[in-house]
Amino acid sequence: MGRYILRRALAAIPTLFVISLIIFSILALAPGDPLSDLAMNPQVPPEVAQKIRQDLGLEDPIPVRYAKWLTSSTFGQFGLFGYEPLTSFRSRAPVMDQIKERLPRTLWISGTAVLLGIAVAIPVGVLSAVRQYSLFDQIATTLTFFGFSIPTFFTGLLLILLFSIKLGWLPFIYRSTLEQDSWTLSWIVAMLKQSVMPIAVLGLFQGATLTRYVRASMLENLHLDYVRTARAKGLAERHVISRHVLRNALIPVVTIVALQLPGVITGAVITEQIFRVPGLGRLLIDSIINNDTPVVMTLAFMFSILVVFFNLVADIIYGWLDPRIKYS
Amino acid sequence: MAEATGSQASAREQSAAARDLALGQLGAKKPRTLWRDAVRQFRRHRLAVAGTFILLFLIIAVIIGPYVWPKGTGEINFAKSMTAPSAEHPFGTDDMGRDLFARVLYGGRISIAVGIVAVIISMSLGTLIGALSGFFGGFVDSALMRFVDMMLSLPILPLLLLIIYLFRDSMRQRFGLEIGMFILIVGIIGVLSWMPVARLVRASFLSIKEKEFIEAAYCIGASRSSIIFKHILPNALGPVIVAATLGVGAAIITESSLSFLGLGFPPDVPTWGRLLYDNKDYMELAWWMVVFPGMAIFLAVLSINYVGDGLRDALDPHRTTS
Repeated sequence: MGRYILRRALAAIPTLFVISLIIFSILALAPGDPLSDLAMNPQVPPEVAQKIRQDLGLEDPIPVRYAKWLTSSTFGQFGLFGYEPLTSFRSRAPVMDQIKERLPRTLWISGTAVLLGIAVAIPVGVLSAVRQYSLFDQIATTLTFFGFSIPTFFTGLLLILLFSIKLGWLPFIYRSTLEQDSWTLSWIVAMLKQSVMPIAVLGLFQGATLTRYVRASMLENLHLDYVRTARAKGLAERHVISRHVLRNALIPVVTIVALQLPGVITGAVITEQIFRVPGLGRLLIDSIINNDTPVVMTLAFMFSILVVFFNLVADIIYGWLDPRIKYS
Repeated sequence: MAEATGSQASAREQSAAARDLALGQLGAKKPRTLWRDAVRQFRRHRLAVAGTFILLFLIIAVIIGPYVWPKGTGEINFAKSMTAPSAEHPFGTDDMGRDLFARVLYGGRISIAVGIVAVIISMSLGTLIGALSGFFGGFVDSALMRFVDMMLSLPILPLLLLIIYLFRDSMRQRFGLEIGMFILIVGIIGVLSWMPVARLVRASFLSIKEKEFIEAAYCIGASRSSIIFKHILPNALGPVIVAATLGVGAAIITESSLSFLGLGFPPDVPTWGRLLYDNKDYMELAWWMVVFPGMAIFLAVLSINYVGDGLRDALDPHRTTS
């Protein structure tokens, strides 16, 4: 098992290299120019603009630029060999500072949404499977279909329409300045009030997809022989379900949650756009629109690392939880 | 003695007559084929059948609607800006007084077309790669699967946003405003979503390849390409069809999400996502501008998902037909 993990981790490294190369090439091949304002500026003579481009290394061939970017960002991150950390074109601040500032916010919204999704999916899915075709099951299945057929931005807009505009209960703009206040009750209430809608939007979508998986997995397990044995031994039904079936049914669900986690964070892009949460998703869109290459590169690469990492985690968890899986 | 043989003879005659009757009846009913069984199973799933009707209705509405409905999509009339839904304007008007119903109908053509074409691209790519990988095995298989794993590790949304933002101007210049964008969006969605299909097809190929009828096909001298396309592929198509159906819904949602972020079709192309993007600022004053396009997306994707669910039940090879 340990060897399998090691092998997978080692295999992940060239994958990451290739991914970073792909992302970099896309950015490099794209028409358009981060220094286009400079080129447009009549006060800057063309030779000076050219010299600036050469100095910044924009005229070098792509492999050279890639190598330079790779060395400067890896070493620069830790301040080795005299390299500076990557700075954003727009704000001239180090990219990692911006990311560090926004990460807790995104984690707060996305993380709570995932927890909410799991908290809804497991009870509903289990009950749906145990009472298959009952009224509860049919209503739950219909609601889950609704849940993953409706795009998150529409849910968000509808919630804003209902709770902010018609009822006026919740604010629809997330004020990040609120986070600096101290931990009083009114602060907690205000924080909850502005976070509940984005979390609900993301969480309900997650919950809908997860419920389907929980239900399907439970249904698969309920017909297996060990359940019959457990019942024959005289165990109470709720023990059969909660102590035996649930554990086995949750194995694939856990892997699915692990695989979907990076997707939740990227999915938060839309939610952050609607509710104006200044998180990582907003940063990505803003920096794409502003042609802010260092930030885009770093964020895209970070998301890739997340995807690769969680794929590995999902594999390991699956192998650890399911004793039938033997990794050679 | 003669009596016994006589009765035996008549018994034989009777059984022969019964056999002829039964054989005659065999020809009277239609033979059960795989596809007919699937259709029967599908019809049992009531919501899937309802979904099929709703989907067909939507498709016909967006194809014929713009020809039948008298109002145009671009008739600006500031006097009628943001009027509520009425008999004259079933979905109300937007901030420039344009009829929202016409815009939703016309935009539906593009949204649904994007969904279908993107899925055709991703299914073709995925089936090709999965079939090659599953059929040839060995080095081809491991190389292609490493490639698939790597593509699966790409972060889809950032890449989607990035590529569209970076290449949209040049695509527009080359192919024209709307067509360029259409090709770009459809291409990107197709190229980033073929991987699960490839895996499904490969798995199907790996299991079907070992079956006896394939061995028999080899024995009678069928060429490799005919084995792939005529023998294995039709049997592997079940999960692909389900994935294709669900993929259309996913592609519609992706396109509308992109338009909602402002990175989709150019302004004035009223795809459903674009309508939400343009109208979301007027939500306080005119709820209909947001609710109707959104409900269109919801209805389309919901019916697609139900149809996909019904297809999955119908085409599942493990299901015992009764």
